[in-house]
Amino acid sequence: MDGTVSIKTEEALTAQTSKPRIIKKRFIRRQRKINRSAAGNGLLFLLMAICGVFMALPLVMIINNALKPLDEIFQFPPRILVRNPTLENFSDLFVLMSDSWVPFSRYILNTIIITGCGTVGHVICASMAAYPLAKHKFRGQKVLFSLVVLSMMFSWTVTQIPNYMIITYLGINNTHLALILPASAFGMGLYLMKQFMEQIPDSIIESARLDGAGEFRIFWRIIMPNVKPAWLTLAIFQFQHLWGNTGHLFLRSEELRPLQHAMQFITHGGVQRAGASAAVAFIIAAIPITFFLICQSNILETMTTSGMKD
Amino acid sequence: MDKRERTSFFKYIAQNRATYLLLAPFFTLFFLFTILPVLASMTLSFTYFNMLEFPKWVGWGNYTKLLLEDDLFVLALRNTLIFAFITGPVSYILCLLFAWIINEFQGKLRAFLTLVFYAPSISGQAYLVWNIILSDDRYGYLNGFLLNFGFVQEAVLWMRWEKYILPVLIAVQLWLSLGTGFLAFIAGLQTVDKSLYEAAALDGVKNRWQELWFITLPAMRPQLMFGAVMQITQSFAIADISIQLAGNPSVNYAGSTIVTHLLDYGSGVRFDMGYAAAIATILFIMMVGTNKFVQWMLKRIGR
Repeated sequence: MDGTVSIKTEEALTAQTSKPRIIKKRFIRRQRKINRSAAGNGLLFLLMAICGVFMALPLVMIINNALKPLDEIFQFPPRILVRNPTLENFSDLFVLMSDSWVPFSRYILNTIIITGCGTVGHVICASMAAYPLAKHKFRGQKVLFSLVVLSMMFSWTVTQIPNYMIITYLGINNTHLALILPASAFGMGLYLMKQFMEQIPDSIIESARLDGAGEFRIFWRIIMPNVKPAWLTLAIFQFQHLWGNTGHLFLRSEELRPLQHAMQFITHGGVQRAGASAAVAFIIAAIPITFFLICQSNILETMTTSGMKD
Repeated sequence: MDKRERTSFFKYIAQNRATYLLLAPFFTLFFLFTILPVLASMTLSFTYFNMLEFPKWVGWGNYTKLLLEDDLFVLALRNTLIFAFITGPVSYILCLLFAWIINEFQGKLRAFLTLVFYAPSISGQAYLVWNIILSDDRYGYLNGFLLNFGFVQEAVLWMRWEKYILPVLIAVQLWLSLGTGFLAFIAGLQTVDKSLYEAAALDGVKNRWQELWFITLPAMRPQLMFGAVMQITQSFAIADISIQLAGNPSVNYAGSTIVTHLLDYGSGVRFDMGYAAAIATILFIMMVGTNKFVQWMLKRIGR
């Protein structure tokens, strides 16, 4: 590929897309009110408020439990809301963390490796494969795609034993790769990405090709920015999935195991650790929620990039 | 002849090398960690495999036993079908409806609402909340409420009475339904070309319902198809909430589903992996059939 030509194309492309972007933003804000009645808006808001109370119940309970002193945790009948909020559950938890056999920072590092690599790896692998499936024509296209969709319908319980054997055979048992590699190739991610990429008009890709951009450049510079809502959503799913994994099946060395394992170990300490367990439940929920909010607010920002049409 | 075919095959790969390079990383891993295990499991379904000895070939034995002799499977099948045909469509519509309503809001409020409605799915085993709500004594929230207002005279054993188990599980599942499909719809609504709405308004679309049916839904058909597949895999594979809330086995197997039945054999209670694999294969065939039907239905949207 000719370097100068492609850089020029890139500039041309960004110039093309970024200019109408700004205009569009102002335009959308005003135009969103088309076909909306005030009464309808009010009704919808009421509905959302009522349903929201029920849906938020687990979050409310987790937060309140974490703030409850020990006597309120064991109060019977249980109350949802805390009366005398305290942070002693968290200080209990930090004491427990500080005298674990494997230094706690090691668990955190393991989690960052597994969750980070697994999420980034999956988003990249799945998107890369989804692009040709959505936009190229080649032999075996239909077969590959239907294999992916069909694979999501087979119960994972029974595939665990063959999976274990394959991972052992590859010699990656008891390494982080045993979690990261299979996680990078879930069918769901590819399906999600492919569905979003189908919506990108062929004309954009075609004109980029005429300007001399290679397939990889098209993928990275045109496809990925246009399906940002999709890969941010996929990242949420994958993060959640990997974050919840204790790694017990493959990671036998204590020093390889993730935070989730250490946290669950603490909660198995019985009654005297009930306070710390409540704090653990809070942390286990809080981190994916933080990630979720970061991704979701970025999805909102992309609203303006969807100026793609034929 | 043979040789020429092979060279043209390699030529074809070389001509489309960008395509195949993009595909390679995912599909290599996918083949290793998904296709091979699934094929192996399907093969195992024709064997007797207790996870200790080498699998012993039994031909169609597992399937004939499963379909002709296993009364519990028939019960599990019945429960699963009731479950799937109620929670599947309802959850799907709820996902779409709430995603669409949330899309009406803007900015921070929108992100907050998305979090609130996705909350049951994000916080791990959030449905364990229902153990407290549905507690058997009068301290359970639901019983407390019903007793206070005189709807019942004594505490209801929600998870111990056969007739309540399935309806309650369905209710909890509906509460849990705003998961994968919901987020995909939220993202999908973002990619709908906004200028379509202006054009539609000029063309005489008068209210938000018409806009939904004629513009929004057809524009996000790919996401609808994705959501449908996810919904099918979730509705047919219901097991966790049944096990956590009603127990496994539940009272008279009133809450048993195909997957709880599968777990009974597969995950170290009865040690019969071959039988479990046969159950998984039957479930697989059911899902594939349902998927074909649903995809056919979705092609008719906006017509």
